[in-house]
Amino acid sequence: MYFLKRIIFAIPLLLVISALSFWLVHIAPGGPFDRERVPASPEIERNLEAKYHLNEPVWKQYLRYLDGLVHGDLGPSLKYRDHTVNDIIAQGLPVSMTLGSLAFCFALGIGLPLGFFTAARRGRWEDYTGSFLATLAVCVPGFVLAPFLIVVFAIKLKWLPVALWESPAQAILPMIALGAYSAGKVARLFREGMLNALQSEFVTAARAKGLGENRLLFKHAVRIAVLPVVSYSGPMLADLLTGSFIIENIFQIPGIGVFLINGALNRDYTVVVGLALLYAVLLIALNLAVDFAYTWLDPRVKYE
Amino acid sequence: MKSASAKSREPGVESQGASVGRWNTIFWVLTSVLCLLASGCIRSEPPADLTIINQAEPETLDPALLTGIPEMRIAIGLFEGLTRLDPKTAAAIPGLAQSWEISPDGKVYTFHLRTNLVWSTGEPITANDVVYSWIRTLHPATASDYAGQLFFVKNAEDFNAGKIKDSSLVGIHAPDTFTVRVELNNPTSFFIDICAMPLTYVVPRQTIEKYGDRWLMARPLPSSGPFELVYWRLNDKVRLKKNPRYWDATNTRSDIIDILPIGSPTTAFNLYEQGVVDIIWDKEVVPQELLDVLVKRPDVHPFNYLAIYYVNFNVTRKPFNDPRVRMALALAVDRERIVKKITRGGERPTSHLVPDGTANYVSAEGLAYNPTLAKTLLAEAGYPGGKGFPRVEYIFNAPAGGGSKIHEDIAIELQQMWHDTLGINMDLRQVEWKVWLSATSHLDYDLGRGDWIGDYDDANTFLDLFLSNSGNNRTGWKNPRYDALVNEANEQTDLQEREKLFQQAETILIHDELPIIPLYIYAGINYYHTNISGIYQNILDDHPLNYIKKSATRD
Repeated sequence: MYFLKRIIFAIPLLLVISALSFWLVHIAPGGPFDRERVPASPEIERNLEAKYHLNEPVWKQYLRYLDGLVHGDLGPSLKYRDHTVNDIIAQGLPVSMTLGSLAFCFALGIGLPLGFFTAARRGRWEDYTGSFLATLAVCVPGFVLAPFLIVVFAIKLKWLPVALWESPAQAILPMIALGAYSAGKVARLFREGMLNALQSEFVTAARAKGLGENRLLFKHAVRIAVLPVVSYSGPMLADLLTGSFIIENIFQIPGIGVFLINGALNRDYTVVVGLALLYAVLLIALNLAVDFAYTWLDPRVKYE
Repeated sequence: MKSASAKSREPGVESQGASVGRWNTIFWVLTSVLCLLASGCIRSEPPADLTIINQAEPETLDPALLTGIPEMRIAIGLFEGLTRLDPKTAAAIPGLAQSWEISPDGKVYTFHLRTNLVWSTGEPITANDVVYSWIRTLHPATASDYAGQLFFVKNAEDFNAGKIKDSSLVGIHAPDTFTVRVELNNPTSFFIDICAMPLTYVVPRQTIEKYGDRWLMARPLPSSGPFELVYWRLNDKVRLKKNPRYWDATNTRSDIIDILPIGSPTTAFNLYEQGVVDIIWDKEVVPQELLDVLVKRPDVHPFNYLAIYYVNFNVTRKPFNDPRVRMALALAVDRERIVKKITRGGERPTSHLVPDGTANYVSAEGLAYNPTLAKTLLAEAGYPGGKGFPRVEYIFNAPAGGGSKIHEDIAIELQQMWHDTLGINMDLRQVEWKVWLSATSHLDYDLGRGDWIGDYDDANTFLDLFLSNSGNNRTGWKNPRYDALVNEANEQTDLQEREKLFQQAETILIHDELPIIPLYIYAGINYYHTNISGIYQNILDDHPLNYIKKSATRD
């Protein structure tokens, strides 16, 4: 019931997002058909505007857009005129989602053990080294890390390809570059969570009952400590799945992230609104999934 | 939203079994997702014979719609017009038409098609297909940006504007299966070059009528050129394969060509250096910092490009409404410094608009570097030593997708030169591309960068820019005498007479009035190793794909 309500509430939210992004991209200076080579006659410009209904008032264009949206049609791209926004999403999203899921697994696969390890060895040199690495991962931006990885692993060592998206080997460097920040973040959250859990009453009680330290860490503390990571996972996954302009650009990956940024720069109205909606839907869905996961992981949590 | 219920239930030992089960489930779900994903990335397809880096994702491959170089470079492989460009000289040579006659008054062209023309899907290509393709480009519903290039054809402009509805009134007809007859408004000496431009390419009527705006997604896509489109993956790759039914297929030298849209110079150069790609077409797609080293290498092929870089003045605003001020600024520019220090790829400084090497034309002389005269003129205009000169703003666009910062570097250099020589203070404003377009076309700026790439090898593709009614004239400058001279020249069939008229017009532009300061003629660089043959450097940077071949070893 609660989740149903959340889903219903998402609809007006999406409407607001679509209206706002539609309006914002339309008021930005310049339009999709402002270009270096101005057509030979004003009629040519008019033909273009008529074809894409840009000569109509914005509210009317928006209603037209909504009409398409209801029928699952996000409209034609104004920049890539042979393609529709549906085409762009259909081609780019699976790629971004693949890379995003890999980066997500990488983030959890590295972040959780690192967080656990540093918490278990808190205050020792292993903790300092691990925490330093986690902080480093959070601080170094993708546009620094990615070229660094390319120089070391692709150009100097020649272990991995420099770019493109055709074989699994080509996914490794972008996965690390994209997932490193989240891995660092997960490690830090998990470490914090573990430390908090270890100080909580039930752990003290369990310890007093004579429970072994390992059992305490693995069976009891972990379940509580993982909760902040779970809450962070929703937005993190949404972020990773929708692609990154920088990573896709550097590794020449045909994902969706490049289109969002270029769409805005090109005033490709339909692409910008379509991708904003896509992002919103993903974010809402994954947050919902997180809340759902909470009830499953922590029996104390209930929604009404 | 979340409420941890107050039940003081301890998640104790008894729930451990369930907990482990959950973690197990998570583990297995994640693992299977990963395996699925990994298998999804693997693609198996035959390797390409040739891999080329094209600087951007094609906006469209529809010949009637495309306007940019990256698009033309692919479309040239898929479709062909009545004429095509010679790979060595970029001059128009017979394409789908094997010959043509021009009427004595220069207004009627009769083209004779080859008789062995078929689409890649097997159907014959006829004169009606040519007529259909031209009319389609001109049709208002097609909304072609470049339709203006066909306005030389009788009634074409009115048809495009919707003033004439009947396409049979447009001056292109097919008297029989192999003949196309074109009537022009005026004699147009470069019309044969227009017949090689993409907007005149012959496109498949049935496919277009069946699939509408998305006809390029049709497979198989009938092509009239040397290659067929195998697939087109957005931002990933365009793959072409040889069209065995092309009329000149015996001379197509590669079977499979991959074209990658890469704009990031570092990525492009890494792939090239690793041997993943064979050709990079553009100077801009290689890191600017490496130019000094690269220009000495044998795989670097520089050429003079039919393109020019200049500074636009907004002549409707003070102080640039005074020609003396514009001249003073022009005279204070040391162009040599800009090409030596900033562009560094063999660009040639120029004081005129039409690039050297343009067919049938030698440019008029412009204003050379002369700081003393510059100071005098500025003083005459009322700003001795820059005193009282208003603060002006120089506008330029930001590089796209990690490209080079040439515009910014030039802006800084100009700022310095004008400050040192004339005592003028200038602010720099970097804006997004669309903002630059909008500001310059609405004359909402003081001065800023501009450039132009010639559409075909003729002086008028540059001089037309500054006609009063030209949408590409971003200066607000209008000069009736200039307009009259250029228009008269455009209709002149005697080449020498035409050149004289153009020279007079250009003198007004670059010697007397200066709505622009020409800076340099572009140099292009093609990158490819000695195992690649069939690429020739020409002024249009035009490279028909069917002549290019990669052999196994480098010399």
